[in-house]
Amino acid sequence: MHHCHIEITERQIDPSAWEGWLEAHEQDGATVTFVGKVRQDEKTFIKSLFLEHYPVMTETVLEKIAQKAIVRFQLTRVVLIHRVGQINLNERIVFVGVSAPHRTAAFEGTQFIMDLLKNEAPFWKKEQTLTHEHWVEPKKTDELQLKKWHL
Amino acid sequence: MIKVLFFAQIRELLGVSELEISENEISVKDLLTLICEQNKKWQKIMQDQSLLASVNHQLVDFDFIVHSEDEVAFFPPVTGG
Repeated sequence: MHHCHIEITERQIDPSAWEGWLEAHEQDGATVTFVGKVRQDEKTFIKSLFLEHYPVMTETVLEKIAQKAIVRFQLTRVVLIHRVGQINLNERIVFVGVSAPHRTAAFEGTQFIMDLLKNEAPFWKKEQTLTHEHWVEPKKTDELQLKKWHL
Repeated sequence: MIKVLFFAQIRELLGVSELEISENEISVKDLLTLICEQNKKWQKIMQDQSLLASVNHQLVDFDFIVHSEDEVAFFPPVTGG
């Protein structure tokens, strides 16, 4: 049985396509999903993002993150889909869905996956506004979030 | 041959996404020095303390030894999600 689905795509992400798969297991009492999307910045007026990645390494790192989460939180199923290429304002960048017997594991597992992804997966964001574009700087808060898991 | 890839700001700064270096055994640090010696403008990335390196898709330290046929990549800190 496949426990996890990892996908890098240039297409729009449809979380509803994974609801059934995440909820299929009778021993699971919880599913948690997370969507990260392109948000407006009041100062810079972002119109889109360009997401670059390192093919093969990206899939390898995401697979490892999912497997770590499955083992650590006893998750039953994990879906991890990340978009690359051109992504417009309000579109989804990333989707994480997990299932587990209990909610705490599902909530924590989802957060764990996102914290590791933010710090370890080789993706780079370039913000595009009406007038210019620039590479996004890593956030100190993402690094701090990772520390709380004591890896 | 060692295949060397660059991503994001590093790729843009160097103006290339891929190079091949003819070495049999070299540290990541020395490989980077060798690359940056090819172009004066490229030396800027040597001073970038946040620069990351991977060998065959695994993050490595700069004293890691690379061999012929390995794939090395240099890139800035990641910003996905």
